[in-house]
Amino acid sequence: MTGRTVTGARYGLRDWLAQRITATIMAVYSVIAVVVFISNKNITYSVWRDLFAQGWMRVATLLFAASLAWHAWVGVRDILMDYVKPAGLRLALEVMVLLTIAAYVGWTIQILWR
Amino acid sequence: MRLSIYRYDPDKDDKPYLKDYDVRLEHSDRMLLDALIRVKEMDDSFAFRRSCREGVCGSDAMNINGRNGLACVTKIADLPDHVTLRPMPGLPVIRDLIVDMTQFFRQYESIKPYVVNHDAPPERERLQSPEEREELNGLYECILCACCSTSCPSFWWNPDKFVGPAGLLQAYRFIADSRDQETSARLDNLEDPYRLFRCHTIMNCVDVCPKGLNPTRAIGKIKELMVRRAV
Repeated sequence: MTGRTVTGARYGLRDWLAQRITATIMAVYSVIAVVVFISNKNITYSVWRDLFAQGWMRVATLLFAASLAWHAWVGVRDILMDYVKPAGLRLALEVMVLLTIAAYVGWTIQILWR
Repeated sequence: MRLSIYRYDPDKDDKPYLKDYDVRLEHSDRMLLDALIRVKEMDDSFAFRRSCREGVCGSDAMNINGRNGLACVTKIADLPDHVTLRPMPGLPVIRDLIVDMTQFFRQYESIKPYVVNHDAPPERERLQSPEEREELNGLYECILCACCSTSCPSFWWNPDKFVGPAGLLQAYRFIADSRDQETSARLDNLEDPYRLFRCHTIMNCVDVCPKGLNPTRAIGKIKELMVRRAV
């Protein structure tokens, strides 16, 4: 019984779809960011601060960070599922990855709204 | 023509090795399989599978200069003078170029490769319209040679959990069949991070399929149906 191969976790579609949607969000944000940077040739500290003082830029950046976090979580978990076979070790590593990603998102919020 | 062939007999050899054979080809030798039969005449301890010798049975799938293919449909003229032959990667070697395909067929079996229809059987066959039959083109031709699944890294890492491109192509073959009534159960069976979603669309399967089939497209269609079902 302990050696039985088990499948059927029923969450494949959700994460696969989430990875594609978050990738699209990141791509759109990246294009907007490039346009903003190109249209402001002299990006001084004050220009930069004014840009991120605007509510829409903060929300968009937070959306980008959340998308990156979710996207990275699915990707890193996929790598762990392929290469780390003992379930206990994999769970421990997945928890570490989740905590790290959560810390980065928290740090992003702190930077954006400080 | 020089063939370097992977040799391993677990009863005699501590580890596998490559053995070189200089094969004198006859004028009638056109395919790699013909050269292998010449090797067998030179060294009858060499073991490999072959049967139909025309790309229908899928027995002589092997790794030819790093790329999976069928020896019987690989033209000698298209190969360099020096060819290295190894067993298909990712499956246990029984001897020389013969691999144990149990894992591969277990995954094939897991997708229920037959039409499930709960209606009373008609007097004659269950009919399909030409359009419904058309849906099966590019799917039913699979000969289960395992060239695709054994060139897929996801299948190498998780052969016990990932169905693999051949099994998923067959899964879609029955999902797409208008006579089958188990679509939802078939999708349930594949809605899993391992069984279907280990596919990361690198398309090695499409690259090597000797029948020119496209498992990646079939996998995409399964995912599309799952999305349509979920949203």
